[in-house]
Amino acid sequence: MLSIENLHVNVGDKPILKGLNLQIKAGEVHAIMGPNGAGKSTLSHVLSGKSGYTVTAGNVTYQGENLLDLEPDERARKGVFLAFQYPVEIPGVSNIYLMKAALNAIRKHKGLPEVDAMDFLTLVKDKVKLLEMDEKFLYRSVNEGFSGGEKKRNEILQAAILEPSLCILDETDSGLDIDALKVVAAGVNSLRAEDRSFLMITHYQRLLDYIKPDIVHVLADGKIVKSGGPELALELEAKGYRWVEEQVA
Amino acid sequence: MSADQIISQYPAEYAKFADALPGQSVAWLRLLRQDAAQQFSAHGFPSLREEAWRYTNVSAIEKKLFSPATSTEIGAIDIDSLNQHLLADAWSVVLVDGHFSASLSMLDGVPDSVTVMNMANALEQKAELLESYFSQAVAAKEHGFVAFNTAWFSDGLFLHVPAKQVLTRPIQILHVVTQAGFMANTRDIIVLEESAEAKVLETFVGCEEAYCSAAVMEVSLAQNADLTLYKLQMEGEKAYHFGGTYVKQARDSRFTHHNFAFGGLLARNDIHTDLNQAAECDLNGLYLGVKRQHIDNHTRINHLQPHAISHELYKGVLNQRAKGVFQGRVLVAEQAQKTDSMMNNRNLLLSDDAEVDTKPQLEIYADDVKCAHGVTVGQLDEQSIFYLQSRCVDKQTARNMLTFAFANEMVEKIKLADLHDQVLEQLLIRFPQVGIQHNWL
Ligand SMILES: Nc1ncnc2c1ncn2[C@@H]1O[C@H](COP(=O)(O)OP(=O)(O)OP(=O)(O)O)[C@@H](O)[C@H]1O
Ligand SMILES: [Mg+2]
Repeated sequence: MLSIENLHVNVGDKPILKGLNLQIKAGEVHAIMGPNGAGKSTLSHVLSGKSGYTVTAGNVTYQGENLLDLEPDERARKGVFLAFQYPVEIPGVSNIYLMKAALNAIRKHKGLPEVDAMDFLTLVKDKVKLLEMDEKFLYRSVNEGFSGGEKKRNEILQAAILEPSLCILDETDSGLDIDALKVVAAGVNSLRAEDRSFLMITHYQRLLDYIKPDIVHVLADGKIVKSGGPELALELEAKGYRWVEEQVA
Repeated sequence: MSADQIISQYPAEYAKFADALPGQSVAWLRLLRQDAAQQFSAHGFPSLREEAWRYTNVSAIEKKLFSPATSTEIGAIDIDSLNQHLLADAWSVVLVDGHFSASLSMLDGVPDSVTVMNMANALEQKAELLESYFSQAVAAKEHGFVAFNTAWFSDGLFLHVPAKQVLTRPIQILHVVTQAGFMANTRDIIVLEESAEAKVLETFVGCEEAYCSAAVMEVSLAQNADLTLYKLQMEGEKAYHFGGTYVKQARDSRFTHHNFAFGGLLARNDIHTDLNQAAECDLNGLYLGVKRQHIDNHTRINHLQPHAISHELYKGVLNQRAKGVFQGRVLVAEQAQKTDSMMNNRNLLLSDDAEVDTKPQLEIYADDVKCAHGVTVGQLDEQSIFYLQSRCVDKQTARNMLTFAFANEMVEKIKLADLHDQVLEQLLIRFPQVGIQHNWL
């Protein structure tokens, strides 16, 4: 599904990612943990095509294609989805309008006709229920005036509707109380499938109690410094990142 | 002769048509017209040296010498295209080249107690009533356009709504200019007596050639009266437009204005209101400029008495080489304690050559007031564009969606469904709308 080899990324003159390697197979769930400023969000932004980053070396292959050659919207239409750490508020564009625009863009890309208006409504209402949201959120401007937790739910709602192949979750669990976390996790778990992969960035082992990862990575100073099974997350929580950094050094 | 003195070619040209002007038998109006003509002869159209006109150069109007249309010349108008501008459920007064057209207007079913008639007719039937409102909200000395208008207006609307009467339908004034080189000069008077309510729409359209359309409106709102005034300015691409709306608001009255400035090569709006005790005004504006359009909005809110409220939001979207101007003045008089005033002007520049001059001015002489103002001039937000792209929307459509969303906030405020749809359509026609799905909105 996704293969990252020796990825080096700069912001301006400052190196942020310094030779990052990561392989994700179809159907796998990978978790990335790491200290603040390690470069986790940078990785998620580079994968989804945000401008302002310079790739100085390395390759990223997604479904056999050079991902870095594609515009952000092309990547999205081909199934790369980023749930933002800090979702942007877009006054004047309703949530439901954006979801319809996004879904139809994907359908067009696949050579399918526009979604039927009634079918769309049924689909959306279904997913709104899954995420235990109020239908009112559909008609409000994207993320405008949403609480932190509501924004995170809304990101997962979009994922549930767009059914991406590679789902990157950047701290979707941060700032959620336990009830909200369970709801969001249920939303993510409902999306798990053989042909869908997840890259979950998190600071908290707690998330992994609800979404079982196949592999846990530690990202520190722009590189994956350690990988292991779910038990690595527990160990990290007990011993802190220092422990890994010392091991590597 | 001092350097300031202007020799305008207009007074001589317009003197030829003086006999045909309405109300020539009304003594007070004759005097007003004479004074105004003198005023204009002395000063001409406004110059860049006047503070309120420093960003807007109207000298082309002086050079071009636009002529008045006499009502007999009215010719080619496409009735179908006119009808599309008329609201379905409104009473309408249609002014073609500055003259009332009875056959195009629709005034059936207006209650007897309400006066809706064209100004020429009103000056014959209601001259005495008109006298107490004419040149009350604005005087000829305001500036050259008002002087010119007072001296040579050819027709207009007179609306009088008696106390406690609530108009069940909106009243639409449709201004049409049909021929190159014409100038339409119209004067409207709107009077709402105590606790009366009305909704009025002014629509401006015209031909594709150069012409000038100048409309001065005076509004008098008695105690607790309520007026919502919409202005939809869709003049032709080469047109010059001046619109002045001057309002006097008595105690507890409410004035809501929605000003959509879309057309014209050069367009200027003056909106002034005087607020007495606890009166309220809500001024909304949207100006869209493309190509070399120049759109100037000049608002003045006078808080004369305590407890009055003013809210103002003007938004501009400027593309290509268009230029926008916003001058918003709020004056709070010494006795106007507990004033609540908020003024905002937000601009979106879509190209490197687009430009806006924005100048909010607060003059506060009272000490216990709540006054705020804000101005922004910016481009589309890159974070928002990326967010939309990450949701499959291509970059150009993302830009269009954000531009649309910015402007649509002002369209959403329209409470007349038919008008809302008309303005929305204009917004979609005039601005990059590729990728915006009308039927999903
Ligand atoms: N636009 C930018 N300009 C300058 N520095 C930047 C920029 N974006 C990111 N950085 C820097 O890159 C480093 C990595 O940032 P990033 O946001 O990827 O960290 P993170 O691992 O996601 O941290 P957190 O856990 O706090 O979310 C930080 O030192 C950050 O300050
Ligand atoms: Mg981060």
